Amino acid sequence: MAPQAEGHAPARPLPFRGGGYLPTPRHGAALVAFVAIIAIWELAVRQRWVTPLFLPAPSSVLAALREVAEAGTLWRHVSESLLRIAAGWTVGTLAGLAVGFSMGLFSLARAVGLPIVSALFPIPKIALLPLLILWLGIGEVSKIATIALGVFFPTVIAVYSGIDGVPRSLIRMGQSFNLPWRDIVRKIVLPGALPGILAGFRITASIALILLVSAEMIGAEYGIGAFILAAGNLMLTDQLLAGVVCLSALGLAIGAILSRLERWLLRWR
Amino acid sequence: MELIVEGVSHRYGDVTALDGIDIAARAGEILALIGPSGCGKSTLLGIMGGILAPSAGRVMLAGEARAGTLNPLTYVFQDFALLPWRTVEGNVALALEHHRLDPGERAARIDDVLARTGLGDFRAAFPKQLSGGMRQRVGIARALAVKPSILLMDEPLSALDAQTRELLMEDFLALWLRERITAVWVTHNLAEALRVADRVAVLSRRPGRLRDVVAIGVPQSERGHDAAQRDLAALHDRLWALIKAEAQVAEREVADHGAAG
Repeated sequence: MAPQAEGHAPARPLPFRGGGYLPTPRHGAALVAFVAIIAIWELAVRQRWVTPLFLPAPSSVLAALREVAEAGTLWRHVSESLLRIAAGWTVGTLAGLAVGFSMGLFSLARAVGLPIVSALFPIPKIALLPLLILWLGIGEVSKIATIALGVFFPTVIAVYSGIDGVPRSLIRMGQSFNLPWRDIVRKIVLPGALPGILAGFRITASIALILLVSAEMIGAEYGIGAFILAAGNLMLTDQLLAGVVCLSALGLAIGAILSRLERWLLRWR
Repeated sequence: MELIVEGVSHRYGDVTALDGIDIAARAGEILALIGPSGCGKSTLLGIMGGILAPSAGRVMLAGEARAGTLNPLTYVFQDFALLPWRTVEGNVALALEHHRLDPGERAARIDDVLARTGLGDFRAAFPKQLSGGMRQRVGIARALAVKPSILLMDEPLSALDAQTRELLMEDFLALWLRERITAVWVTHNLAEALRVADRVAVLSRRPGRLRDVVAIGVPQSERGHDAAQRDLAALHDRLWALIKAEAQVAEREVADHGAAG
């Protein structure tokens, strides 16, 4: 090849090699996909590609939902479930905050608490429901206790690891300005641990929902879990799915509340 | 106020970070502690401020605190140590809230230090909204709010870029020249030490020993002048000769023991 003198080759645009690998918002795409899935589902049932007994159409699920809502039974089920999850989550969270904070702040509490929490944390708490029924009776208390136990351990872990995550340099700064212990905890440790604690709330909320349904399926007359189980026993798949829709709505509502809370409490981020 | 270090040694496990340090920060001077990374200068500053207990030796305080001092020994940190959930004003207020001050005086102190550090327009901003230089101004404002008798500056400019460092150094000196608060200024930057300090103490690497203490005869306000530049250049060469060999060793070291800073 003949050597080409520099400057003689014609100038050409530099090829672009960057871009991509960055999520860009695609507004409405999710909604379109959601509507499409529902539409295909409806079509599949209408065209008898699937038996309605096994998979009822979205329209019949909606109809079943309206029916139980108008009969008043839906509210009864939902309200009982709400009461249980609220009570269980609150009790478990308050106890978890108390224990988690002591473990985060005091070496002795951590030395005692950490092995116990580590040993008990992996037990699926629903396995304890029969025992709790024996101790506390078949009524509300055993179900609430199951949810509380399930919420308690992850809360403890979220709180003390949240406290561990507070930068030591900020605590040293507090000490260097002679802040009293109470002020260091209240003004530095607590707000510093808050992101971790709120992330823990997300986990415990979903655990509480799982335990709620499981407990209601084992022994309850009313509640969304009991409603779904009863519908399944009678092969009322439209009512069964109506119950599932309620659960989904409940989960979404809890998630939305937590997002609001995070945005408000962590607005400095 | 004076801060006197008497025979201070410090060990982290098997590593001797500081060995028999005797030095004093005299009233109204800026004492720079300089040395390569790992020479224990930040450890020494921690001991001088009473947030680290030395393995041996003691630190003494002499003289009266300034009028209005709330926290005689006050730090300015390399990483600023600002609370990200508090505004500029809130971060300064943190140092005052646990003291019995009437609300008027508290507000006056905050207004005063924010004005002096050029943060008046930023009082409602959160730290993440500020540049590094502005964040360190908040750190300095917070320190000045308690009217310290001794300022302990722990590599205050090391996290900043060169231009910001230059600007902040000038502004700090202007503030300092009005009050002449006794200060200990830790740095690994020789030019910085030569700009701000009255005396420069050179520490050796592990174990950290005091190699030399060099007085800079030129007042801070005259160091920019041409006449002073020659003297300072000579001092620079002398100090650099002391540090160079050890800085080379520090640079070639693979594993950081982590303990000494």
